[in-house]
Amino acid sequence: MYDIVVIGAGVVGGMIARELSAYRLALCIVEKKHDVAMGASSANSAIVHAGFDAKVGSLKAKLNVRGSEMMEKVCEELGVKYKNNGSLVIGFNDEDRATVEELYKRGTANGVKNLKVLDSDELHAIEPNVSKNAVCALHAPTGSIVCPYELTVAAIGNAMDNGADLKLDFEVTDIRDKGDYFEIVSAGETLQAKYIINAAGVYSDAIAKMVGDTSFTVHPRRGEYVLLDKECGTLVSHTIFRTPSKMGKGILVSPTVDGNLLTGPTSVDIEDKDDRSTTPEGLAHVMREALENVDSVMFNKTITSFCGLRAVGSTGDFIINLPRERFVNVAGIESPGLSSAPAIAEYVIELLANAGMPLEKNASYQPRRVAMHAFREASMEEKNAIIKKDPAYGRIICRCETVTEGEILNAIRTNPKPRDLDGVKRRTRAQMGRCQGGFCSPYIVEMLAKEMNVSYETVTKFGGESLINVGKTKEVK
Amino acid sequence: MIRELTCIVCPKGCPLKVELENGAVMNVTGFTCPRGKQYAIDECTHPMRTITSTARTDNGEVIPVKTDRTVPKESMFDCMTEINKAVVRLPARIGDTVIENILGTGANVVATANMD
Amino acid sequence: MKQIDLVIIGGGPAGMSAAVAAYESGVRNLLILERDAHLGGILQQCIHNGFGLHRFGEELTGPEYAWRYEKQVWELNIPYMLNTMVLDISPDKVVTATNSEEGIFQIQAKAVILAMGCRERAKGALNIAGTRPAGIYSAGTAQKYVNLKGYMPGKNVVILGSGDIGLIMARRMTLEGAKVHAVCELMPYSGGLARNIEQCLNDFNIPLKLSHTVVEIHGKERLEGVTIAKVDERRRPIAETREYIPCDTLLLSVGLIPENELSKTASVPLDRVTGGAVVDQDRQTEVEGIFACGNVLHVHDLVDYVSEEAEIAGKSAAAYIAGENAEKVDVALHTDGKIRYTVPQRITQKKAVTVFFRVADVYRNVTVKVKDGDNVVYSRKKPKVAPGEMESITLKPETFANAGALSFELEVQ
Repeated sequence: MYDIVVIGAGVVGGMIARELSAYRLALCIVEKKHDVAMGASSANSAIVHAGFDAKVGSLKAKLNVRGSEMMEKVCEELGVKYKNNGSLVIGFNDEDRATVEELYKRGTANGVKNLKVLDSDELHAIEPNVSKNAVCALHAPTGSIVCPYELTVAAIGNAMDNGADLKLDFEVTDIRDKGDYFEIVSAGETLQAKYIINAAGVYSDAIAKMVGDTSFTVHPRRGEYVLLDKECGTLVSHTIFRTPSKMGKGILVSPTVDGNLLTGPTSVDIEDKDDRSTTPEGLAHVMREALENVDSVMFNKTITSFCGLRAVGSTGDFIINLPRERFVNVAGIESPGLSSAPAIAEYVIELLANAGMPLEKNASYQPRRVAMHAFREASMEEKNAIIKKDPAYGRIICRCETVTEGEILNAIRTNPKPRDLDGVKRRTRAQMGRCQGGFCSPYIVEMLAKEMNVSYETVTKFGGESLINVGKTKEVK
Repeated sequence: MIRELTCIVCPKGCPLKVELENGAVMNVTGFTCPRGKQYAIDECTHPMRTITSTARTDNGEVIPVKTDRTVPKESMFDCMTEINKAVVRLPARIGDTVIENILGTGANVVATANMD
Repeated sequence: MKQIDLVIIGGGPAGMSAAVAAYESGVRNLLILERDAHLGGILQQCIHNGFGLHRFGEELTGPEYAWRYEKQVWELNIPYMLNTMVLDISPDKVVTATNSEEGIFQIQAKAVILAMGCRERAKGALNIAGTRPAGIYSAGTAQKYVNLKGYMPGKNVVILGSGDIGLIMARRMTLEGAKVHAVCELMPYSGGLARNIEQCLNDFNIPLKLSHTVVEIHGKERLEGVTIAKVDERRRPIAETREYIPCDTLLLSVGLIPENELSKTASVPLDRVTGGAVVDQDRQTEVEGIFACGNVLHVHDLVDYVSEEAEIAGKSAAAYIAGENAEKVDVALHTDGKIRYTVPQRITQKKAVTVFFRVADVYRNVTVKVKDGDNVVYSRKKPKVAPGEMESITLKPETFANAGALSFELEVQ
């Protein structure tokens, strides 16, 4: 019997689980996919928003500003890359200028610090590659960037190191109310838990329905992105937004914490909660609008394009409540969900405490986690000391991102352990560079097979039927 | 009847024209070397190919192999069936025979890499 | 810091050939740094034949061709380090590398030869719409799985791009029991050698669909199919021609890119067209003492020419180390667009030079002209030239002795 089960191993579930692992609780995270961070947390804008967007007084506004304040410390503890690069919302005409002024007022009311309205000269002085047609901008120095899947992996790994269980390939098919506890049913296993946190992203409405809560729905909103080579990573230093219109926040152009340049997202409501395909129109839209905002974005240096789904709730605000005893919804966490995640976790603990959940501090709780990129950032002397102890750190596997065998093995052996090629990619950046795993993936398949003690041809790209090889040569029928 | 071919003897890929009468080669044009002419004649009478592939080794890996001369084109898949059955004992050196006179074609299947 | 006269980055065909040539020209203090576990580079997975006709007068497979050079490296006792990745080359030729035994180490070289080869253009760069399932590989990655690892990436295959590796893999996978449904080529002509279309596609009745591309990828976990379409003359897909092909594998053979990340760390200026360094006839880059050869300089069709070019670089590096100097000139080579590029891009010594070039399109009945101003100093007719096939001409020193620049032009009748 678990005290509490978190459904959904995205950044929201992960941050909540980490926060819960600071208490003496039998805790489990369940996830229907083959790895953590497979939903919205695997593909979004990777921005820690300053907090000027959300409506004054909304839960979004409150948690965004608070989350943004907390993020740097959380990342430091978890060994996650974080960069306070500042955001700019650029405008092209008088109407945009009015919007910029409006955002300034709203942001200030939300408690965002140091906001400033810039004129064209001030804007181009700090971002010379922003379109010359831009006439004004809102500068938000507290805007930052972070890697969403790195944060999710680290949060869940940290929760596990503090005693939490993680069950992957666990798709919740039913929740049975047993009076003072729940049964959480999946095809393979049934868990018992006194409390449930519903952090199931686009499926959180379906989970809520299992306990009789039909007060909200969640639908997916497609966002397509194009990611460019590190060669382009310094084109802008701030995250460049366009003034929002009825059509949404528009296409941003931003450096990433790993040094690439990210452009996107589109914003299209769809029906299918699993449809993460990109479209010719969407990608064309991203490229066209990015070029309107920033000069000479080199799309011939594209590394990959991808699509993420935001979980858009029917209420217009985050849906964080207890529709019934011992069951917490954390739903409709669309943008600024990543920014808010640490504050959402804090808020949920507060809700649980107020609802009478016994919360006793876990004396051995360790909030810190060793950074997965520690080797990468070490000095040459430090690296050589590590290589001397473990020669695998001297051998490069991924040449594009310079990732060593030691780093990959370490990732495969560290909670939450990756079991497929994409899992290794998200944790180590191996296969993330310009050749997209062309050279190194056959080696990584071999390392995974050996570490998991399975045969070579059973290794997948991301679980399920996503096999890399279908059999041995000489044996194809 | 004129048959047009692309010569596969070397990377130049010369365009060849073969004049045929009742299946017999009367004349070849377009070649730039004697091997090209021979290829054109063979291709119209009994097309031949070199097979390159891999064979299993006794440690469960694979080693590259080839036929040391050309084999009839129509026998390629039958040859592959034989090659797929072979197990190469390691260590093996370039030129080691893996299958002698495969399917009576006169060609041997030989290793094309060294493996310990 | 270790002092080594000549450090060669890469132990593939270019690196080995350059090392042998440098050794034979008198360099004794040299070292090959190879990132893989064996010498030979990509040749080890190119198990098909067709190598060495030009060099050795016989048809060899990739590993056999590599072995010819590996043997020489061994016999000459040329030192090399395997599993060793170069991380940085400074403009003053300090090479930083890493491996398991030495850790991260540095070498001060007198001369450096860049021989890192090329990589395949990846899927991401193509921005194909649709899902992101497993089952999409570059042709070279599939080649590694099949030929070196002994595993089949799939059984029902569509190939995008008609580069040679794609054509070779069409035959290879067919022989291993897979069904190759089509090879789609965006351009109206193939980028591969004519003989490969003949013996890899036609032999097995695999359709080559020119002016076609893959417009959509289908399948949630493993690839389930692709939608292909014909493209118009501006290479835009024509909606009415969309066709769905069920398949579990998509191989990409859509171009090779010289791998010059290290060259950039050494501030070596690159040619925008070739993607490789700007070099003179000695294959010396614009950074003194740094040479480049093979596919890192420009993509070759035949390894034989890689070896030949690497010999030039090896000999020249030896002469550079010995401080030898020929009579200087400075001639920039320009192209007219129909000729896309030349290698070398400049001539700095008064001696006969072979200039390699590629054309932008398929042209018939052409005259290659080299001009010094309006003055034609060289002219040669050719029945046909194609982008997939590298051309070369040899210029005598008197043709450029007094020229500031030469213009390479293609006259089409």
